Amino acid sequence: MDPECARLLPALCAVLADPSQAVADDTCLEKLLDWFKTVTEAGSSLLLLQENPCLVDLLTHVLDLKPQNVSPRVLSFSLCLAGTFAAQEDCFEYLQQGQLLLGLFGEAGPLSWAAWSVPIVRSGWIRGLRSLAQHPSALHFLGDSGAVDALFSLQGDSSLFVASAASQLLVHILALSMQGKAAGSSSLQGSAWPACAQKIVDHVEACLCSTAAPQVTQALNVLTTTFGRCHNPWTEVLWGQLGPLVAHLLENEPIPAAHSLVDLLLSVARSGPRDMAVGGSSSPVFASADCGLWETTARMLSCLSPSQAGPLALGTLKLQNCPQALRSQAFGVLLQPLVCILRATAQAPGPPGVLDETTEGSSMTVDTLLSSKSACVGLLCQTLAHLEELQPLPQRPLHWPQTLLVEAAVIILKLCEGSVAPSSSEGGRLCGALAGCVRVQRAALDFLGTLSQGATSQELMLQVFAVLLETLESPASSPTVLKKAFQATLRWLLDSSLPPSSLDLGLPAPLFLKELFPVLQKRLCSPCWEVRDSALEFLTHLTACWGGEADFREVLLASEVPKLTWQLLRDPESYVRASAVTAMGRLSSQGLQAASESSGHLEVQQGLVGELLHILSVDSEGFPRRAVARVFTEWLRDSHADVARDTEWFVATVLPMVSRDLDWEVRAQGLELVQVFLAQTLGQSSPHCPYVVTLPKASPPSPLPEVLRTLCQLQVFDFAFRALFDCDRPVAQKACDLLLFLKDKTAPCSGLQEPGESSDVTSVEATLQRWQAGEQGQPLSTLEPKEVLAALRSMDLEGLQSRLAESSDHVEKSPQSLLQDVLATVAVLEENVADCY
Amino acid sequence: MKLYCLSGHPTLPCNILKFKSTTIMLDCGLDMTSTLNFLPLPLVQSPRLCNLPGWSLKDGNAFLDKELKECSGHVFVDSVPEFCLPETELIDLSTVDVILISNYHCMMALPYITEHTGFTGTVYATEPTVQIGRLLMEELVNFIERVPKAQSASLWKNKDIQRLLPSPLKDAVEVSTWRRCYTMQEVNSALSKIQLVGYSQKIELFGAVQVTPLSSGYALGSSNWIIQSHYEKVSYVSGSSLLTTHPQPMDQTSLKNSDVLVLTGLTQIPTANPDGMVGEFCSNLALTVRNGGNVLVPCYPSGVIYDLLECLYQYIDSAGLSSIPFYFISPVANSSLEFSQIFAEWLCHNKQSKVYLPEPPFPHAELIQTNKLKHYPSIHGDFSNDFRQPCVVFTGHPSLRFGDVVHFMELWGKSSLNTVIFTEPDFSYLEALAPYQPLAMKCIYCPIDTRLNFIQVSKLLKEVQPLHVVCPEQYTQPPPAQSHRMDLMIDCQPPPMSYRRAEVLALPFKRRYEKIEIMPELADSLVPMEIKPGISLATVSAVLHTKDNKHVLQPPPRPAQPTSGKKRKRVSDDVPDCQVLKPLLSGSIPVEQFVQTLEKHGFSDIKVEDTAKGHIVLLQEAETLIQIEEDSTHIICDNDEMLRVRLRDLVLKFLQKF
Repeated sequence: MDPECARLLPALCAVLADPSQAVADDTCLEKLLDWFKTVTEAGSSLLLLQENPCLVDLLTHVLDLKPQNVSPRVLSFSLCLAGTFAAQEDCFEYLQQGQLLLGLFGEAGPLSWAAWSVPIVRSGWIRGLRSLAQHPSALHFLGDSGAVDALFSLQGDSSLFVASAASQLLVHILALSMQGKAAGSSSLQGSAWPACAQKIVDHVEACLCSTAAPQVTQALNVLTTTFGRCHNPWTEVLWGQLGPLVAHLLENEPIPAAHSLVDLLLSVARSGPRDMAVGGSSSPVFASADCGLWETTARMLSCLSPSQAGPLALGTLKLQNCPQALRSQAFGVLLQPLVCILRATAQAPGPPGVLDETTEGSSMTVDTLLSSKSACVGLLCQTLAHLEELQPLPQRPLHWPQTLLVEAAVIILKLCEGSVAPSSSEGGRLCGALAGCVRVQRAALDFLGTLSQGATSQELMLQVFAVLLETLESPASSPTVLKKAFQATLRWLLDSSLPPSSLDLGLPAPLFLKELFPVLQKRLCSPCWEVRDSALEFLTHLTACWGGEADFREVLLASEVPKLTWQLLRDPESYVRASAVTAMGRLSSQGLQAASESSGHLEVQQGLVGELLHILSVDSEGFPRRAVARVFTEWLRDSHADVARDTEWFVATVLPMVSRDLDWEVRAQGLELVQVFLAQTLGQSSPHCPYVVTLPKASPPSPLPEVLRTLCQLQVFDFAFRALFDCDRPVAQKACDLLLFLKDKTAPCSGLQEPGESSDVTSVEATLQRWQAGEQGQPLSTLEPKEVLAALRSMDLEGLQSRLAESSDHVEKSPQSLLQDVLATVAVLEENVADCY
Repeated sequence: MKLYCLSGHPTLPCNILKFKSTTIMLDCGLDMTSTLNFLPLPLVQSPRLCNLPGWSLKDGNAFLDKELKECSGHVFVDSVPEFCLPETELIDLSTVDVILISNYHCMMALPYITEHTGFTGTVYATEPTVQIGRLLMEELVNFIERVPKAQSASLWKNKDIQRLLPSPLKDAVEVSTWRRCYTMQEVNSALSKIQLVGYSQKIELFGAVQVTPLSSGYALGSSNWIIQSHYEKVSYVSGSSLLTTHPQPMDQTSLKNSDVLVLTGLTQIPTANPDGMVGEFCSNLALTVRNGGNVLVPCYPSGVIYDLLECLYQYIDSAGLSSIPFYFISPVANSSLEFSQIFAEWLCHNKQSKVYLPEPPFPHAELIQTNKLKHYPSIHGDFSNDFRQPCVVFTGHPSLRFGDVVHFMELWGKSSLNTVIFTEPDFSYLEALAPYQPLAMKCIYCPIDTRLNFIQVSKLLKEVQPLHVVCPEQYTQPPPAQSHRMDLMIDCQPPPMSYRRAEVLALPFKRRYEKIEIMPELADSLVPMEIKPGISLATVSAVLHTKDNKHVLQPPPRPAQPTSGKKRKRVSDDVPDCQVLKPLLSGSIPVEQFVQTLEKHGFSDIKVEDTAKGHIVLLQEAETLIQIEEDSTHIICDNDEMLRVRLRDLVLKFLQKF
């Protein structure tokens, strides 16, 4: 601890110990605790206490105060603090000598005070114990002080945080008491468990046999955490002992605490020793046949309700080491709802193998689907989300029923659209439950999107495109559904094997495009801005991928889409204007702007630059201006024809606008644009890796002095220097990087500078200093290359870069300032009190 | 209580409720779909429609060729269009006491009823309903009268001939009841019988029932009706909406605790969401106009058009359509646009508050001011001078059989640049378009029907919990085109009672109570006796006086003074003299205590037998039998009056008298 903090500490302790002085907020106490934790981790706690007796005084004082006088916050803080110190055994002994710990954590302490009813005190008590439970002495203390019994009852605490912390602490104590007992699992059989561990295990056992669901849940939570945090021989013995009790729970009707049971089974199944799993051993110890885990899981999969079984099935499938039969069963559970939907709507449900495995238990699924609208929607959304999660994983089943899944997604979307007329009564009821259901529609569209990567027959692909088109076209589709439909359509279009020009016309994508564009046109005219926005985003992505394909270009140019996109540059909604800017930028890059009947192509192009410059200079919202800045940067990078014609004019026009923009992202993007320009005129920054292949440059860069003169004329330095002192750190950082790059590049030019000419720099430096002081209005005289070079050399840009790299609150985070803050707040509060009188 | 169902059309209802002693007609809708069987009435001479070939039977018999013409592969009646009236034979309509109108679409048959059936009652409706209803009628009469047609076809209606005709003429129902349009004179006469009412106003009908209009949220001044007596309540729900459009929101709470809820006028397009349809309308309109095409919107002069204009007001600038002219052509266009602005108290809260700013509640005022929206009584006159294309035209009639719309269909039908957008759900757009085929013009079907859908109905019924629901039979099964959609029907417990045209329903509840007033002086004379905690009884002797369905208990006349025999009896003497009343008894006789009392009074040898209804106490010595039952006690002893009186007094000790 640094001396300054040590000096402030007694005052702080005095403030905390004084019940008349309220500490402003919890966060500073939490910060103090964090600080003490780092201090104790770095050195001896005992020493700390001996050097700063005020700390022990604080703890003693809290105990000495009459219980009703202690503020719950300070009490909670003191408990945590005592625990932090007692984590080291010697310090524990030191505190124990004065019976301080027993006073704080024993039965006569806060446990019996009125303040115990405040959750923060109970939470502090548990956190304190959690900190001190690190060594054998602590275990004895826990056993003797009755803390474990208190923890048992705290598991059912009204505060969920307290209950959860109590459960976690029990697990921690169990693991601590079993430490060192790991070797030789046989010695753990019977009553050879340490007393503390035995007590906890007995309690868990009793709870598992209880008929009260909360008790069972508590026991299951303790076990779940136990198996989740470690794997040791003793945990295996524990499972051997408690596994049958857990399995016994399945015989109840209904199954108590089903969710916790699922968590436990998955936790046990995942708890195989890491090294074994990695080391290529076939299965962890738990998975061996005699421990009954897989049997229990299998039984559970078959008797839980479909919505409860779903998470278990997904968890099982994610396991690395689970038997094939169980995997099949779990996958069957996941597929069941979809198979039921296909059956009810009289679709042929995929390959027979999948069906056979899913027939069992399907009546329960059908019942759930038909029981109520909310149950049906809930189960379907969950199933679709699970399958979507499973799809990209390496553990997904080898026989992935792509066809069945695509068919199911298609039929679900049709049911939501109300465009399918199933003949069965189940189908009719499903139709009624799902018609117009936005939640299911969204989930199904997301899922369908992820399925685009699998191999799908052409016939089915046609169905997919048809249903997507139907959704996009339907007047009833809500904006969020349309957004998802656009996203799914994009994925299917891009993933449907090959771009359109290289296909024969039999394949769906190009035909689909012809039908898609009228819909896109309509959506671009939607009165709902979210829809116009998603349609523009879709257009941008599609153009980026397919802009070069002849079929796509033909359909696009034959449509009204480019014209409509242009009109949306003047949309009343700023998000739409921003998306229209991006889309127009992309279309223009690909030469896909509409050739207006009245004006020639060139005029249209000029018009676009003018339009975008107009937006950049006058638009009142940040988003469209940001989009313009990005588009301009892209154009410069890609040597867009309009920009390449006169790059300097372009930069000279854009820079004054972006440099004075109120939005920091626009300014940052402006610096990016400058960077691209510099890279083009000065060449790339020197590669750090000597083996990087550099492409031969098309035209050798101009001589450096000339370039510098141009940069000065374009006021690049003015912009960069100003940005260096920008109030937004990312802008300053970017400007710093940019100037460093320039410094690097201009190093060979330093010969220009005569030794005696340093006076030139002073006026520049003076201006920069004023800028730094916040006087940004101060103009900078027209810069000459020499001045720039001198300024670059004289500035400590590297130092500035590292200063900027530190987070903006690094000064305020020091412990010293924390202590000062706490003391200052109290002082202010005192002043206020004085004012009142 | 009975319900006579005169119309089979679920959204154009006409029912008669007989409730207590009143006969109440609920709405007076006119089914105009019959006009689809007729040829359009062109405003401007149309060579195409003039020279259509007559239709002849398969055997070449051409006797109908004057009446029926073939057009675009369909057969149409070449005559003045006719409408299908509500049933007039089911009940004598001259007995109808009052007609309650729920909205301006549901009063179009009013002149037929009030002018031709001997009706002498009163019609109740809100002011906007009457004013806008008048506009709709005026427009209808104007549309039909300005294209005079000498011919009126009747031959084809002959049942034997109708059988030989092609569909849909063959299947047209009730053709014999179809009538030509009424005249303006009849309209004025019918409207003069209307008495204006306000929401929640209570109107007494002959003292028997009270009727109250409630806001229904569907159109300006649209209402649902409560018809109630002191102990019974019937709710009539017709054309209601829960969406936030221009009218005042629907009053749901007042519908609670109904014995019967008659539910009509649900949305005709249960699968379409009005918001989505408005979006569709705007997008298609913008696309057409941008391509240089014209947009035709066949519509009524009031109602959804206000909302459409409001949407367009917000949309046209963003869609870059500010320079496109919008035309609203109707003989009543001006009145409709102006009326909408003056009925502030009937508007939704937002629009009401605008009036205080003061601003016009509807933004179409601004559209008119800025010349973006222009309105004309017809295509003749000023319109032809101002007409600029591309443009958007709102005009009637949505059936496409008469009105200015006929002209625009003929004018624009041939170009694929133009679009006709159907927003009114009342007519099948395919049938409406039939005489204009083949059509190059694009057709978009965007039906906007803001009335309740089945999900909203099911929520409403859960909320208001009526004992019984009565609805048209169409609502008790899914629509024929979507027979699998079990969600598109009314689902409630007990299942709804359904009706169809020309059916009489006995409503499933019996009246059990009637309210009777007691005059204060009579009430003063009553001496209630508490027989159970909280329950007191008193005997009342009074004269029941009934007048105007109100019942009053008045004190009985004093016993007639003995008068001289000479004087002739007066009328009041006919009232029977009140006899001295025997007290009424109440209570029960505890058998054991009764026996003890008998023993105390010297009776011995008492036997008690239990019977199904009570007990029999036998006094064997006295050869006497006392039969005690729940509601009677008999003492049977032979000719010993003394004994009987003694025993009676003992029994009476256990009972209360009053």
